[in-house]
Amino acid sequence: MTSLVCQSLDVSIGGKSICSKLDVELGPGQSWGLLGPNGIGKTTLLKCMAGLNPPDGGQVLLENQAIDKLPRRLIARLLGMLQQHTVYVFDASVLETAMTGRHPHLSHWEREGPEDKQKALEAILAVDLAGFESRSVTGLSGGEARRLAFASLMVQEPAILLLDEPTNHLDMKHQVRIMNQVNHQVRQAQVCAMIALHDVNLAARYCSHILMLFGEGDWQAGPVDELLNQENLERLYQCPVEVVDTSTGNRFLPGH
Amino acid sequence: MIPTTLRRSLLFLLMLMSVGSVFFASASGSVSLGWSEWLTAIRDSGSQHGELIWRLRLPRAMAAWVVGSMLAMSGCLMQVLLRNPLADPYVLGVSGGAAFATLLGMVFGVAVAFLPWLAILGALVSILLVFGLARGTGPWSGTRLLLTGVVTASGWAALISLILSLSPDNSLRGMLFWLMGDLSYASLPAWSLAVLVGSFILTLGMARSLNVLAMGETTARLLGESTRHMLWLVYLLASILTATAVSIAGSIGFVGLIVPHLMRLLVGSDHRILIPAATLFGGLFLVFSDTLARTVLSPQQLPVGVITALLGVPLFLLLLNRARLKGV
Repeated sequence: MTSLVCQSLDVSIGGKSICSKLDVELGPGQSWGLLGPNGIGKTTLLKCMAGLNPPDGGQVLLENQAIDKLPRRLIARLLGMLQQHTVYVFDASVLETAMTGRHPHLSHWEREGPEDKQKALEAILAVDLAGFESRSVTGLSGGEARRLAFASLMVQEPAILLLDEPTNHLDMKHQVRIMNQVNHQVRQAQVCAMIALHDVNLAARYCSHILMLFGEGDWQAGPVDELLNQENLERLYQCPVEVVDTSTGNRFLPGH
Repeated sequence: MIPTTLRRSLLFLLMLMSVGSVFFASASGSVSLGWSEWLTAIRDSGSQHGELIWRLRLPRAMAAWVVGSMLAMSGCLMQVLLRNPLADPYVLGVSGGAAFATLLGMVFGVAVAFLPWLAILGALVSILLVFGLARGTGPWSGTRLLLTGVVTASGWAALISLILSLSPDNSLRGMLFWLMGDLSYASLPAWSLAVLVGSFILTLGMARSLNVLAMGETTARLLGESTRHMLWLVYLLASILTATAVSIAGSIGFVGLIVPHLMRLLVGSDHRILIPAATLFGGLFLVFSDTLARTVLSPQQLPVGVITALLGVPLFLLLLNRARLKGV
């Protein structure tokens, strides 16, 4: 089973430390919520975990190998990332774009086969874009583009999912749909996910583990029940937090 | 966009039209040949009309086809490289360097046969200059490449204006024709064919990678491309294609911008179809344009660049407008 390990990882941006000596292990069947205030460096940390930019110290291990030593093609078969922004510049159909997820799995001159197309169609259906297959991506709304990007990621079938605010631009129905889809993958396919979120309650509902970034290199990681509490959240967001007890567990509201 | 099933038929149609355009070009001109005259002439290369076809019109039509397809392919590559649908083969200064060197050669009375080599030399200097300055050590930056290229291009443009303003009146006409793009003296060296075929195979081989590259550098890396190498390869390929085309026929405008666009509107942005479609259409478009340039005011010849613009601009605007009406 594929795992992603951060070993005493130091990451910074513009001289500001995001995390220092970060040790986390993402195992199969786990979904991690990555929480922290705006601009704290969640995206930079995710990019570092994806091997897109090098850390200042420590290392990221993918299947027990240093990620910066692995070829991108191999990484792409194991690890996929949903970026925070999805902008399509060139005209292509929704189906073609979903099918780009097969790219790392195909050899040089190989074309997508019926199986690949089937996977793409299923993913399109799963994100509620059925009927849009031949529409142009440049005409999609922000939320539709977002869901399409997520569908491409599903088609890529990575064992490790890094999701940078997957619920951006999405209405409530589609937020739940995407998060359910992620959880389904995590449970059924035994993948692991690291999900940067701004909605604490989505994290409370869907995540098994939490990684909090407090700034100046401070971090905390652990199971969701241990970390999601009033004290930690007030420290994290620097604002009063109210706890509401619901039938599915604690939920958090901004307090006065 | 036309349906996926029809895209292959379109390629076949474009192939037929390419062959047709070359035959059409060989029959028309100041001496226009009918079907039977043409048939007799093409069988007898020693006859007066045969000479006309085999020595003048066919080589020129072939040169036009090759140049057009090179510019179209280069345009497709530049648009992916800069992730900008408005990029054209000349935007990074390749043609500027070639033009400066050629015009300088004209001023110093260099023999016409050597001018293409000067153009290649100028283009290479420009390519290496931009490559060296934009490369840096950090991550790939499309913006840095674009700025370096655009500024270099305007530098060349200033030098070209300087030459034009200092040159005697009698050499201005030749210079302007070259700058607008002209196939009158074009000859087709064998190595340029090798450049065309080689680049075409390489480009087609990385067509699916170009598709993901068009979605942005980070997306491409996440989908398994080592983009830094690939982007430089794309830059060099596009530049070499442009340099070769410009050395044969001067800086013919609009083909490299409009043909990739037209084909995008027709077949979409999958480079596995787009590259062959643009290559074929670029070729035949330039053959038709050049034939018009020879015949519209015959015996007077116009620079083909004027025709490509006059044909291309309305055609492009029309298609763009119709595409919008359909809500594509």
